[in-house]
Amino acid sequence: MNRRLFLGVFESEDDVLGATREAREEGYEIADVFTPYAVHGLDAAMGLRPTRLPWVCFAFGLAGAVLKVWFEFWTTSVSWPVNVGGKPFNSLPAFVPITFEVMVLLAGLSTVFAFFWTCRLFPGKQPTLVDRAVTNNRFVLVLVEDSAGFDALAAQALCEKHRVVHTEERVERPGEELRVWKEAA
Amino acid sequence: MASTYPVHETLITGDKTLKQVTEDVCAPIERGPTWLWWAGFLVSVSALLLGIAAVSYQVATGIGTWGLNRTVGWAFDITNFVFWIGIGHAGTLISAILFLFRQKWRTSINRSAEAMTIFAVMCAGIFPLIHMGRPWLAYWVLPYPNYRGSLWVNFRSPLLWDVFAISTYFTISAVFWFLGLVPDLATIRDRATTKLRKSIFGLFSLGWDGSNRTWMRYEMVYLLLAGLATPLVLSVHTIVSFDFATSVIPGWHTTIFPPYFVAGAVFSGFGMVLTLMLVTRKVLRFEDYITIGHIEAMCKIIIATGSIVGLAYSTEFFIAWYSANEYERFVFFNRALGPFAWAYWTMVSCNVITPQLLWFKKIRTNPAIVFVLSLVVNVGMWFERFVIIVTSLHRDYLPSSWADYTPTLIEVSTLVGSFGLFFTCFFLFARFLPMIAMGEVKGVLGHPGRMPHVHE
Repeated sequence: MNRRLFLGVFESEDDVLGATREAREEGYEIADVFTPYAVHGLDAAMGLRPTRLPWVCFAFGLAGAVLKVWFEFWTTSVSWPVNVGGKPFNSLPAFVPITFEVMVLLAGLSTVFAFFWTCRLFPGKQPTLVDRAVTNNRFVLVLVEDSAGFDALAAQALCEKHRVVHTEERVERPGEELRVWKEAA
Repeated sequence: MASTYPVHETLITGDKTLKQVTEDVCAPIERGPTWLWWAGFLVSVSALLLGIAAVSYQVATGIGTWGLNRTVGWAFDITNFVFWIGIGHAGTLISAILFLFRQKWRTSINRSAEAMTIFAVMCAGIFPLIHMGRPWLAYWVLPYPNYRGSLWVNFRSPLLWDVFAISTYFTISAVFWFLGLVPDLATIRDRATTKLRKSIFGLFSLGWDGSNRTWMRYEMVYLLLAGLATPLVLSVHTIVSFDFATSVIPGWHTTIFPPYFVAGAVFSGFGMVLTLMLVTRKVLRFEDYITIGHIEAMCKIIIATGSIVGLAYSTEFFIAWYSANEYERFVFFNRALGPFAWAYWTMVSCNVITPQLLWFKKIRTNPAIVFVLSLVVNVGMWFERFVIIVTSLHRDYLPSSWADYTPTLIEVSTLVGSFGLFFTCFFLFARFLPMIAMGEVKGVLGHPGRMPHVHE
């Protein structure tokens, strides 16, 4: 894909939030917004669907708990039952603490790994930043220029209404993913 | 924005811009180490080396090098274990529980408090390991298929619960900490001037690019981990207290132990957070980030949890008398008036009496006094564990087997060594990683320190 993209660089959270909200209302296709910290309300402004990561957390937590109860039952009652102080082999209440710990461990680790997986974050990945200051103090709204009705001047005006610092147009490098940029000639 | 609430102090003072936050937080890691850092680091490393020597000696010789005897089978090592685990709890309280309660002031201190948690749990883990006597067989506590049957571990034992609780706690805390670090590591990567720094921080920042699609999921993962870590941290000290409460030793066999231990853990942990933060803010000039408001908030948590601990002490005494159990009565009588009365009253004065000074705003807002009080809390909480463990054991049911307990030089050196490990890690952390979560502090810039009164 060889998309043309329109960038607006902002200085504050309120500006990028307002510009994003308005861009979406006016029907622009928003590629992404890059920010130095999590800006509250930006998900709604961009119209992002809520993440499904809680389901991963739930599923692995449940699996961890169920497997651990089964394992504790199997080791103490089936594989090698040992009489400990006359307690029943299958002493379920005593299994609660470890079951809980294993549930938390699996739920937590799986959620974090699923997060790294879905966001394609891995050690050694070469970051391709839309702007070097995006991890410091700049907010960047990226619009897709491909739709027939895209009017760069109108987009420029929209951004200026929200105190944009500067705007520019870029072309995505062919064959590479969304976040890889090339300066437009 | 700051201008919305002109009357009230902001959470972060000094009217910082986003760029200033980055500069301020990165400054200590980008300039060379100061002589103060070297001094602190070398003292810590020396303590660590002493500890390594002591541990090597006791592992080679056997735990007969300790002052334990047939009556007092647990003493210094378990005291240190519970002490360090307790220290760790404040970090999780700040990162998880205060997050769920939307306490935005936590953002200035959560990074270092979480680091403290990880280092404290490392220190704690050493003690049960060396108490095993043959630490090279430590893997026997894990349920793995083996050629002895398979003979499985005993899932009904609180000591095994401890193994799972502590290792889960360490893993989840480390993951939580690293997750919070990723955006900040990317910030350092993007302002790095040397190739080495760029590649190291590039490796660990996982290619973070600030996309809001990533931030959205990141926030969710943070919320989920906070939700998991909250019951986890409560469970960890609950399980540590089960080590005592499920036994039939008078003085240990009480249902009050889980909440009593958890409150004590948070109490001691905040003591340590204050000790560290008061020095850090001064040395690294973070006064605008860790403000007097932050110190006050932590003091309030100390007085709340300290009061819970004080209530637990008196409840124990009341129940000992009210139960009409002669052994229970004797243990508590012995605690307050027996040979270890000095330890008991040290504990009471450090944990119950001196923290009452924090009721006064003048004292809460004076960093020097708060620093001294935080040290007092640390001492008091170490003694609490010592008192619970040693005074309950040293005079058991049979007067002919009563015994005394004195720690040996080896045991004391091991404790010093654990402090060495803790501070060595902390100094390295302060030198190489951002001590304040930039990505979180930037989000609360200009937020009011407290809820504004509406007059219009």
